[in-house]
Amino acid sequence: MKPHRRKKLGIILFIATGLSVAIGLSLYALSSNIDLFFTPSQVAAGEVTPGQRIRVGGMVKEGSVEHNQEDLQVRFIATDYSHDVDIYYSGILPDLFREGQGIVVEGAMGADGTFIASRVLAKHDENYMSPEVKAAMDAAELQRSMTQGGT
Amino acid sequence: MIPELGNFALILAFCLSIVLGTLPIIGAARDNTLWMSLARPLTAGVFVFLSISLVILGYSFVTDDFSVQFVANHSNTNLPLQYKITAVWGGHEGSFLFWTWMLGGWMLAVAIFSKSVPEEFIARVLGVMGLICVGYTLFMLATSNPFDRVLPLPPADGADLNAALQDFAFIVHPPSLYMGYVGFSVVFAFAVAALLSGRLDAAWARWCRPWANAAWAILTLGLSLGSWWAYYELGWGGWWAWDPVENPPLITWLLGAAMIHSLAATEKRGVFKSWTVLLAIMAFASSLLGTFITRSGLLTSVHAFATDPTRGVYILGFLGLIVGGSLLLYAIRAPILKSEFGFGNWSREVFLLANNLILVVASAAILLGTLYPMVYQAVSGGDLISVGPPYFNTIFVPLMGILVVLLGIGPVARWKRTSREYLRQQLTRVAIAAVVLGVAIPVLLTMSVPLGTIGVCVLALWIMFSMLRDVASKVANKPSLMAGLKSLPVSYWGMQLAHFGFVMTMAGACLTSIYSIERSVLLQAGQQADLGRYTFVFEGTRPVQGPNYIADEGTIRVLREGEFLRTLHPQKQLYTASNTPATHMGIDGRFLRDLFVTLGDPRDNGAWSMTLYVKPFVRWIWLGTIFIAFGGILAVTDKRYRRYKVSKQAAADEQPAEARLAGEH
Repeated sequence: MKPHRRKKLGIILFIATGLSVAIGLSLYALSSNIDLFFTPSQVAAGEVTPGQRIRVGGMVKEGSVEHNQEDLQVRFIATDYSHDVDIYYSGILPDLFREGQGIVVEGAMGADGTFIASRVLAKHDENYMSPEVKAAMDAAELQRSMTQGGT
Repeated sequence: MIPELGNFALILAFCLSIVLGTLPIIGAARDNTLWMSLARPLTAGVFVFLSISLVILGYSFVTDDFSVQFVANHSNTNLPLQYKITAVWGGHEGSFLFWTWMLGGWMLAVAIFSKSVPEEFIARVLGVMGLICVGYTLFMLATSNPFDRVLPLPPADGADLNAALQDFAFIVHPPSLYMGYVGFSVVFAFAVAALLSGRLDAAWARWCRPWANAAWAILTLGLSLGSWWAYYELGWGGWWAWDPVENPPLITWLLGAAMIHSLAATEKRGVFKSWTVLLAIMAFASSLLGTFITRSGLLTSVHAFATDPTRGVYILGFLGLIVGGSLLLYAIRAPILKSEFGFGNWSREVFLLANNLILVVASAAILLGTLYPMVYQAVSGGDLISVGPPYFNTIFVPLMGILVVLLGIGPVARWKRTSREYLRQQLTRVAIAAVVLGVAIPVLLTMSVPLGTIGVCVLALWIMFSMLRDVASKVANKPSLMAGLKSLPVSYWGMQLAHFGFVMTMAGACLTSIYSIERSVLLQAGQQADLGRYTFVFEGTRPVQGPNYIADEGTIRVLREGEFLRTLHPQKQLYTASNTPATHMGIDGRFLRDLFVTLGDPRDNGAWSMTLYVKPFVRWIWLGTIFIAFGGILAVTDKRYRRYKVSKQAAADEQPAEARLAGEH
């Protein structure tokens, strides 16, 4: 093999090795860092393993928000109008957190069936709803119209 | 009537860009001088009509013309004047007009400042940009016209500008980000013109380099301003969230960084030609992808504009057409772009190659993480997932670490051939000094062994010392220090400055991640809370009336180790027109640390929830980017980009490029 050919081959091998290592590491990092999204109905159906980090999206049920007066603990209910999930959070809620609004919580199910949220995301403003919340709402809407149709 | 004129101007701009996108390119192919010479006047025409359009939209905002749908959705009579004007880019339609106008601006700049580039080449460049402009204007006219009316019954008042956007940073962040983003279409046009004409030599690289540097430097500022804005406006102490809409500009930025380094090798040594062209195409494609992600509403993001599938389909089609077309052209023409020189194992070319590899891998990994939720949803049949920051950090931080290690060697290495002996002689003492001081300083300051901090210090000192060593050895055989420093070209200082800024940003990012502390508390007036060395005393709140909002303003005295430092005034605001709450942090920013407080909400007993933050070194992140951008701009002003009047044959240019090698980096 001519020297410059060998060099070219060397460079190509170097790049190929680098790329495959990088891709392998990326995929590994990806597989351990994704959060699945669930609706309250899916949670109620027992699809969630307690302790697994997930996201749940729904509406904050009217009248369900209970602030602890002594510290920053807060409890509320996220609903898709067919099922409810009790949410526990300790911290400051985002500006746009309101009753009757769509939110997404990040965290894990506790053993007692309460969702322990580590982060609460409210939709950004009146016009923009996150696709996750919208998907949850659409599913709930469909379910509600079906049950109403059945009775 | 006035908004219709704006619409009319937009249609005229569209028609002129069609002519610009066809005649000059055909003229260049057929050697028709008349058709080629149309490029500059047509460019001016497109820019003028886009400007008219933009000014009219601005006029509609200032005069509160709520019969225009876009104005009604994004303004309000009580909105302060500066936000009425800037509300032009406060939503999808207007911001796209602004974006297209930026493209017009870059086109005009190319037409004016490329007098030394051959007519035939500039006709192709402007023609390609004209085609891009056709795509943008058609997109607006077909799917998102900012001049659409709400007739016959316009609302009495507008819905108001999103409260989070009513901020100084909103006046400067979108323009700089867009300008940098759109600037990459100039480089793309140069690359496509090179493929069309088959002319890709050192002269080409020299024409192209100032544009690439300028676009990249401005994008740096745009990204940095966005990060700074997120930091103090959203008020949760974060400066980068790996949000699906933050990521595409970062991908473009990384590819752009790879491109300007590869361009350096192309200009100086005639190597990596086809790779440079590929990077130019990829950088531009990533900017279009960013547009697609932001404006299609496909991904969950704070930036997502209102969802409309037709827009997404249009941009995806445009993206496919542009990228597919240019890659096809690349596949056909790239084989004729032969690299001219070989290079040795430890040459600067090799280090630039490594730089490019790292930057491209980093951008590919970020792209993967950004698009993965979308792909997963499609493959799994609707399951939604999100990819969290840990993924991005796992990939990005080690890659940047390697990049910084190599950054200490690359600029010292010589073009073409560098002996290992030379590198060892230059850098052994630098490495020892960096390790010794990098370990000693943090250990002595903290009286412990903070591994992360030691790593940051060693790497930062490694770069600093290697830079000084490089300057020292460059001026060593000059008659005096001053004469030596003056003999170094401006672009060399630009490079050093940008590298310094990069290290500062990286160091700031790492140190602030290590040392930041925060605490959420519930305080009644008179109560206090400690955080680190600081004590925050809550004095209570009072109501405040803003121009278009009402607010509760808190008063918090900050003490450091018992001594009064200053008073902070965070606000919890309520924008009355849209009934939207917003927080405004009370901040004390210093070179070495930021302190700030954000108010949460009040309890029945008058207590307020609030979060206290101490963030050391956070300012370095943005300060560093100013150095990066300034370095990039400095490199653009290097006189060699103006000195040469270029003749038709490339060979004449190769000579001076070679001759200059000795004197430069």
